[in-house]
Amino acid sequence: MIDIRALSLTIHDTPVLHDVSLQIAPGEVFGLVGESGSGKSMTALAMMQLLPQGARAGGRILMQGEDLLALSEAQMCDLRGREIGMIFQEPMTALNPVQTIGDQVAETLLVHGRAHRRAAREVAAQMLTRVGLPPADVPLDRYPHELSGGQRQRVSIALATALRPRLLIADEPTTALDVTTQAQILALLKGLVADEGMSLLLITHDLAVVAGMADHVAVMQSGRVVEQAPTKRLFTAMRAPYTRQLFAASQHQPDRRPMATPTPLLVVENLRRDYRLAGISLFRPPPLFRAVNDVSFTLHKGESLGLVGESGCGKSTLTRAILGLDPVQGGRIALDGHEIHAGRNMRAQRRGMQVVFQDPYGSFDPRWTVARLVAEPFHLLDARPRDAAARVTRALKDVGLPADAGSRYIFEFSGGQRQRIAIARALLLRPDLIVLDEAVSALDVSIRAQILDLLADLQARLDLSYLFISHDLNVVRAITDRVLVMKAGAIIEEGPTARVFAAPRHPYTKTLLKAAPQIPAAWRKDHHASENLV
Amino acid sequence: MRLPFQLVLGAALFAFFALAALLSFVWTPHDVTVLTIADKLQPPGGPYLLGTDHFGRDVLSMLMVGARTSIAVAIVAVGIGIGLGVPLGLWAAAHRGSLWDEIIMRGNDLIFAFPSLVIAILITAVFGPSAVNAIIAIGIFNIPVFARVSRGAALSIWTLDYILAARVAGKRALRISFEHILPNILNVLIVQGTIQFSLGILAEAGLSYVGLGAQPPTPSWGRMLADAQTMIYTAPRLAILPGLAIVLAVLGLNLMGDGLRDVLDPRLRRVRR
Repeated sequence: MIDIRALSLTIHDTPVLHDVSLQIAPGEVFGLVGESGSGKSMTALAMMQLLPQGARAGGRILMQGEDLLALSEAQMCDLRGREIGMIFQEPMTALNPVQTIGDQVAETLLVHGRAHRRAAREVAAQMLTRVGLPPADVPLDRYPHELSGGQRQRVSIALATALRPRLLIADEPTTALDVTTQAQILALLKGLVADEGMSLLLITHDLAVVAGMADHVAVMQSGRVVEQAPTKRLFTAMRAPYTRQLFAASQHQPDRRPMATPTPLLVVENLRRDYRLAGISLFRPPPLFRAVNDVSFTLHKGESLGLVGESGCGKSTLTRAILGLDPVQGGRIALDGHEIHAGRNMRAQRRGMQVVFQDPYGSFDPRWTVARLVAEPFHLLDARPRDAAARVTRALKDVGLPADAGSRYIFEFSGGQRQRIAIARALLLRPDLIVLDEAVSALDVSIRAQILDLLADLQARLDLSYLFISHDLNVVRAITDRVLVMKAGAIIEEGPTARVFAAPRHPYTKTLLKAAPQIPAAWRKDHHASENLV
Repeated sequence: MRLPFQLVLGAALFAFFALAALLSFVWTPHDVTVLTIADKLQPPGGPYLLGTDHFGRDVLSMLMVGARTSIAVAIVAVGIGIGLGVPLGLWAAAHRGSLWDEIIMRGNDLIFAFPSLVIAILITAVFGPSAVNAIIAIGIFNIPVFARVSRGAALSIWTLDYILAARVAGKRALRISFEHILPNILNVLIVQGTIQFSLGILAEAGLSYVGLGAQPPTPSWGRMLADAQTMIYTAPRLAILPGLAIVLAVLGLNLMGDGLRDVLDPRLRRVRR
């Protein structure tokens, strides 16, 4: 079907791919796994001849005997969408926001002259029905912003498969989605591939996803394929050290022991947070949306508490309320006995509580040096301490960064290092509680394992408590003592992490756990010997 | 990094006029306040490089002093716009959605609703024509432009995590606005500044043309154009030269603004690379 032979790629003379060779058989699901920068997306873009400017490809990409690299742009245009379809990670930006979904799906047919306008609409309706969006439920004249993330990804899939291409490339198709939605989208892709007999190139960073989906897997690292084999053989043999390393990192459990004490630190009682929606009438008050509904929980000193939920469940709203950033409409929050209110003078309470955000790229003012960024919480003190510089250096050292990091700018650091800097900033005033809002979600698995180790180590050394907010069940399982499961603004299950994961009580928790992709237990046997590689 | 061609060309054009204006403080070929009727309407060349007007004044000297007038008016007018508009915009962004935001932005709309030159004529008609009144009139119309641009840019910065981190560090809106927001919207303001600068020069020329800008004997490009109108057939260069000066100065600033946008806007930079 597709035969890539010794593909190499340079962008502005920087080598990106070296000697990549892959064979994808007809009707097969081929998993391409690697961390960011490993060249997996570039391989896909080379197949589509959609490379960035200044890119030069060598080698051959044969599709049914025809070398795609030798085709002209006009020939490629004819081929794209008809023979090869592609789905992208972020469905919101992959769809045109000012065109209806029906028109977008129909466009592919029109562009390739396969149907006239009326017929194209009909095919579009069929395709959308096939991906689970029947026009009766979701009319063709809807716009992308009116759909949920999962529905948008379904539209992208309908768009990519409208002409029944022989090869479908899916580049991180579920990374931006919730676990339950991810499970549905993966099932849909699998069904489409089986029904239509097309091949699927599934690009992902998640080993568990390919384990459940792919027939054949290739692992990439810095522009090379380090190992490729049928899925089962790859997981059971793991011949390349990098594969073992990746596997160990994804299963990584930091070495930590519970140190929770019975003393309550953060107490949340009957918390309610309402949002005003857009008003319908000038004379009636606008309707309210209850984002957090009667939430109560206690976090004890030294405890690591997880808060799990899918997007829109209210966990971010809850976090903002706890941090005193937004006013609440009912209930109370107390940190170490002091009540928290938004807007009031909260400096004393904030000293005891700091936060680490998800996005390592957006969390820092690009114009400040690292030392100044890390020193920002000193603002919570009445006066800047005399030993400010020494304390900044100590915080940087705590997170394993060199002392000279302080004089550099944030763009000089990688994502993992930036997250360390964010932790250093949170540690500066030695707070009791650190709120980790999806703090490791944007990181590659090996970096994530390192940050989890760091968090476990800091907790033991500095007597910290964590409120760990995440959608990623594996991470929560690794780092928390107790877990809260949130759905639609309410906490529906609460209990020790081990118990909740082993024997969930609420049906939603069960669905959540079942939806999370897992590497089959039989394949996971004994790779512990290699875990020290991380 | 390679600078875009338009930035270099625009900056060179503007620098040419700025240097001429600076030079006019210490030296001009002839005194622009002395009328030598005997030498009226001299052709270019000879003792007068670009000839003389109907009062026998040296055109080159008048253009140099006129550049000074235009640039001074534009600098002060843009200064008023930035000095008042940017704090208002930052304030509105810091209290987005509040009554203050609403009052400031609707006030802006009110000023936007009137054609700027008509109001400038009104102001100068009421308070008497002078360069100072022209500056104030042009300056007032720069305020909403900068308020709106800085509010829009600031709103997108307010959503970023590092602002949240600063709030968790207990910083108040005012401090965040000046420490985090302002430095990060500076590039937008610089670009808008150069464009408003060129509009200021254009507005000054327009007001002077109708006699409401700088008053005689201070030379100004706009009034040179107006004076030349009656002699457009006998001495067309008297109209062409100040006209050309206005066109080139405005073109230079606009090119510079576009070029600066390309250099300063990281999103465009990524595309170019």
